[in-house]
Amino acid sequence: MTTLWILLTGMLVAASCSLVGCFLVLRKMAMIGDAISHSVLPGIVIAFLVSGSRDSLPMLLGAAAIGLVTVFLIQLFHQGGVQSDAAIGVVFTALFSVGIVLVSAYTQHIDLDLDCVLYGEIAYVSWNTIEIAGIALGPKAVWGVGIALLLGVLCISLFYKQFKLCAFDPALAAAIGIPVALFHYLLMSLVSITTVASFESVGAILVVGMLVVPPSTAYLLTERLGRMIVYSIALGCVSAVAGYYAASLLDASIAGCMIGVAGALFVLALLFSPSHGVVWRRWRQRRLAEAHRLEAH
Amino acid sequence: MQTSPLVVRGLSVAYQKKPVLQQVSFEAPEGKLIGIVGPNGAGKSTLIKAALGLIPRLSGEVLIYGRPYAEQRKLVGYVPQRESVDWDFPTSALDVVTMGRYGRLGWFRRPGAAEREIALACLAKVGMRELAGRQISQLSGGQQQRVFLARALAQDAKLYFMDEPFVGVDAATEKAIVALLSELKEQGKTVIVVHHDLSTVREYFDWVLLLNERVVDFGPAETTFTADKLQTTYGGRLTMLDRELGSPVIANGR
Repeated sequence: MTTLWILLTGMLVAASCSLVGCFLVLRKMAMIGDAISHSVLPGIVIAFLVSGSRDSLPMLLGAAAIGLVTVFLIQLFHQGGVQSDAAIGVVFTALFSVGIVLVSAYTQHIDLDLDCVLYGEIAYVSWNTIEIAGIALGPKAVWGVGIALLLGVLCISLFYKQFKLCAFDPALAAAIGIPVALFHYLLMSLVSITTVASFESVGAILVVGMLVVPPSTAYLLTERLGRMIVYSIALGCVSAVAGYYAASLLDASIAGCMIGVAGALFVLALLFSPSHGVVWRRWRQRRLAEAHRLEAH
Repeated sequence: MQTSPLVVRGLSVAYQKKPVLQQVSFEAPEGKLIGIVGPNGAGKSTLIKAALGLIPRLSGEVLIYGRPYAEQRKLVGYVPQRESVDWDFPTSALDVVTMGRYGRLGWFRRPGAAEREIALACLAKVGMRELAGRQISQLSGGQQQRVFLARALAQDAKLYFMDEPFVGVDAATEKAIVALLSELKEQGKTVIVVHHDLSTVREYFDWVLLLNERVVDFGPAETTFTADKLQTTYGGRLTMLDRELGSPVIANGR
């Protein structure tokens, strides 16, 4: 049963991260995902300190709020004349350090340790279950990440055309009356919520891998946005499952192995993708050169 | 009384603190092809973007057929500069043209068979019907520009803004765009085009707006696009190689 819960959690994390990650990658905002995943830490800790529990809801709200603050601050600094990558670097490290200080200063004797925050502990998901009216409902993480995934699927399928146009051509989107800023912050809220829901399982650092790596792989494999999203989710799930078995084989970190597999898949796609693949491109060039030589003779 | 498709009154725009447009006022006549001409940094693109509400304006008002733009979005089609988007985006030519219909779909409706038909018809008008399924990064610069034009056609507007549609396109595309402009004109539509190539202004446009932060002059091409007024617009930096301007060859000296 434990295995099943871990696999389910891993796949849900992979699916929800890959989904919103597609839009981050296409909008060239992959590093914003990185920033959010780190800077939500103080939000989580503050929510934890205020509510006194590791209940998912206050944490989710606290982190989502800080996630939006992060995006807002980055934009503010950028508009104020700071280079955008420097603005990202400044904002997320500053907020992350606030989070680290809060964790180390106030939560030493409580069950919220730094290792867990940074690296996640997906192996223990099945120990932390919810029960309502005496009925066991399964691990909390499954519910948290499941709700995040549901929210993502709901928002993106409902407003697919808006998200697509805002990603491809924000000027036209604004010209035809789509509230571009609203959809920008909606996407950022989804990223924050997904990140927070996932961080308990895979940690604040590796969640970025799930946000960025499967979408980047899918980007190499297709030329349609719809398919890119589907491939991205599928690749994420495959990475989660294969990563789990690799981890039990090597007796290593599960989350680490999951992202490791995702990374390996990316390298494979980079080499062998039919359209972008380095290998095929070389092969085609060689064939072309050969044909050329034959013609010359 | 006939209302003008576009009235701009006292429009001023600034980036940071630097003024880009100052007190721009003009009234576009209906059914004309209007070229916006001026040196780099004269605020030509800015004028279009400010009219469409894409960038904030300091002062002034813009009326589309007598009302603010927010109420008249469906009457306006927009062709942004080609370089303004990422052509590696995973989507097809047909899909991009379909985006021209999004404004009419409202919040929740998805593009369906009807939108697809319109988009295909618009692609056919720019001679791109066969390339409808092509991934956009595999199109040439000219073909990408035609996709953008087809998308604007799909908006089915009465007033069009085009931001440098002739930049970096091949001769065939240039011809296709010119043919399209005259077709739009025949349908009584008004087209406002930011244009760089001074040698084709007389040939392509009925009216000309000479712009350099302020409106230098606005009127029919024959009386407005003259050597004197061009010198004023370009601040004397133009070298006229042909005094007559009949077949003007103009070098943009710096």
